[in-house]
Amino acid sequence: MNVGLEQYLVVSFLLFALGLLGVVVRRNLLVIYMSLELMLNAANLALVAFSWFNNKLDGQVLVFFIITVAAAEVAVGLALIVALYRKRQSAHVEDLTTMKL
Amino acid sequence: MAIPDILFYVFAALTLLCGVLVVANPFSRNPITSAMFLVLTIVSMAGLFMLLHAFFLAAVQILVYAGAVMVLFLFVIMLLDLKEEQRRKIKMFGFVGGLVSVGAIILIALRCLRATNLNAQSPLTLEGGTAELGNLLFKQYVLPFEVVSVLLLVAMVGVILLSKKDLK
Repeated sequence: MNVGLEQYLVVSFLLFALGLLGVVVRRNLLVIYMSLELMLNAANLALVAFSWFNNKLDGQVLVFFIITVAAAEVAVGLALIVALYRKRQSAHVEDLTTMKL
Repeated sequence: MAIPDILFYVFAALTLLCGVLVVANPFSRNPITSAMFLVLTIVSMAGLFMLLHAFFLAAVQILVYAGAVMVLFLFVIMLLDLKEEQRRKIKMFGFVGGLVSVGAIILIALRCLRATNLNAQSPLTLEGGTAELGNLLFKQYVLPFEVVSVLLLVAMVGVILLSKKDLK
């Protein structure tokens, strides 16, 4: 079977679903963060595939920006996790229920 | 089947397999295992980028993600000194609900894909090298580029503030 845009998009969808599943099912804050990275990567793959099959470079520029913003997001998020761990001695989402009504 | 097609299937299978092992590893629930498999996922995804002629992005993917971001993750895991996650009772409702909703979303996405007419432009001549991307980035996209640099500065200041010892 010839590999076209459709195959790349299917891979991207499946990867996104995996990331979403990780965010919903896993209870460790760090693993949830890694699943978020997985979802961002799936979006990147879809954008690069669109860029190649439409002969336009703009998609790749967008991916470049997404990678930069993801790096900033990871830095801030991990700093938050470390600050949280200092206060609560736990990186487990079920222990963080202060805002529960 | 041509060589690039075979390579696509190899890299796609590798990406998805390692992605599964990041989220649900049957042998270990240690965050370090997840981080290592995330590195493998990212590297095989760089292979997919190569197949799409996005050479610069493949390099950036490995340098920034597998290099910088994952090292940051490993540093934090080391800092927190996480033990193997205890076997807590998994809430059946949350697990099944998550599985069903994710399955529904993937079903909707695949049906959409089936219903859409994707016709690629016939001569695929795009090259995502450094020169082409830089040309676009510093001409058409120069304002977003500068804004992103401000964003990075803001993130840096925020991280330094957050990691102070006596956080108010």
